[in-house]
Amino acid sequence: MAGIGALIGAILLGLSLFNPTAFSGARGVANDAARPLNEGGAVARTTSQSWYDSISGYYRAGSQNAELKREAELARIRLAEADALQGENARLKALLDLSKDEVEPVVVARLIGSTSSSARRFAYLGAGRTDGVEVGMPVRSPRGVVGRVLEVAQNTSRVLLLTDSQSVLPVRLSDEDVVAFAEGRGDGMLQIRLINLGINPLEEGDVMVTSGTGGYYRPGIAVAIVTEITSDGGIARIISDPMATDFVSVEPIHQPEAITTASIAADAPIEPETVSDDTADGGGDSE
Amino acid sequence: MDRVNPNARSDAYGSRINRDHSPVLVYSIPVLSVLAASMLPSLILASSVPIVPPFGFLMLLGWRLVRPGLFPVWAGFPLGAFDDLFSGQPFGSAILLWSLVMIGIEIIEARFPWRSFVQDWMTFSMVIIGYILAAMLFSGADVTIPGIIAVGPQALLSLLLFPIIARMVARFDRFRLMRVRTVG
Repeated sequence: MAGIGALIGAILLGLSLFNPTAFSGARGVANDAARPLNEGGAVARTTSQSWYDSISGYYRAGSQNAELKREAELARIRLAEADALQGENARLKALLDLSKDEVEPVVVARLIGSTSSSARRFAYLGAGRTDGVEVGMPVRSPRGVVGRVLEVAQNTSRVLLLTDSQSVLPVRLSDEDVVAFAEGRGDGMLQIRLINLGINPLEEGDVMVTSGTGGYYRPGIAVAIVTEITSDGGIARIISDPMATDFVSVEPIHQPEAITTASIAADAPIEPETVSDDTADGGGDSE
Repeated sequence: MDRVNPNARSDAYGSRINRDHSPVLVYSIPVLSVLAASMLPSLILASSVPIVPPFGFLMLLGWRLVRPGLFPVWAGFPLGAFDDLFSGQPFGSAILLWSLVMIGIEIIEARFPWRSFVQDWMTFSMVIIGYILAAMLFSGADVTIPGIIAVGPQALLSLLLFPIIARMVARFDRFRLMRVRTVG
């Protein structure tokens, strides 16, 4: 009897490893049902976090104040510079006749939980199909990229976090034209792999931003800070830690056309019907 | 005339006269406690490393070791299926592993019928470390050296939890066997 159970389990496991979206329906229903509980948990988490922050703030008030004053001074200078750049940017954009690139988020919602005991790094989002969330949409917080929607249920969706070992994100250096891939390492850090090997241009403290390649993410969203240099790139810490964020916004896919084109095999005949195919491949991030 | 000791006809589960166990409690408490424990890790947001012990599995092991014979050997199948819906593992991973563990403990029990708490703890430790590594292998994640190091704290936390889980199960068991139903 139990042997049969184990056998069925092995078969189901094989099926789900072969096709990761196989049981998404059952998972979706279960997570929809558990949503009120998870929402409660999310509220409790963010409340207790801010409470802890305000207490620990008192301990470091003096030194922090001095440091913040210095930083504000510098920030004011940078702000003035940014203003100048913005003006220039606007003029150049007007020249090129580009439209405004601010996008409206599809929905703003809470991260209501995560798979905190599994080796995979997924988070659950408190918004689903009814809110307009679709598979593949990027999820970001005010600080930077959080991940990408992997499965959508009625009122919840599952997000592949950047730290998952199956997550690959095309990035570039924020101030130079150095492109790379940011892969999750499975221990909370990102492995930065440079595309052009040669002299490693990375330095500790460099900020990696999305490059926009692949079509899922808008270019220029902060991703990670390099903390360690390796021979083929570096190891980076994510900027937008989902644990510290309260609300996240789901943005529309940056260039849906690029993704549908990429999902068609090179030698396949061009048929308009196949364009609406689901582009997500479940486990992996095939950008 | 008052009795000298009003609890003279009671034991830890309540009065022994005119009262009986409630079948609802007797059958639902073990199952509900495992299901609730399965859902618990999904409430916690851990973005970097899997730090939270697999509570559902710990609870099942707790019941299995503290109250042998309560869960049938096939219990790993339905309970594991429920756990798979929330754990983030590919569906089938807990069904397979929980079933195998139930069979394995059955064999260990046949081999060592009389065991102490420490022996139970050792069984628990071996099973939980094996389970965490196997679950990582089946999760679809790449098994890397940093990944294996990253599950270390989770494994340590899990095996240190056994005394607490065992006492929790004992408490649940007392609650389960409370004589609350009036007979006759």
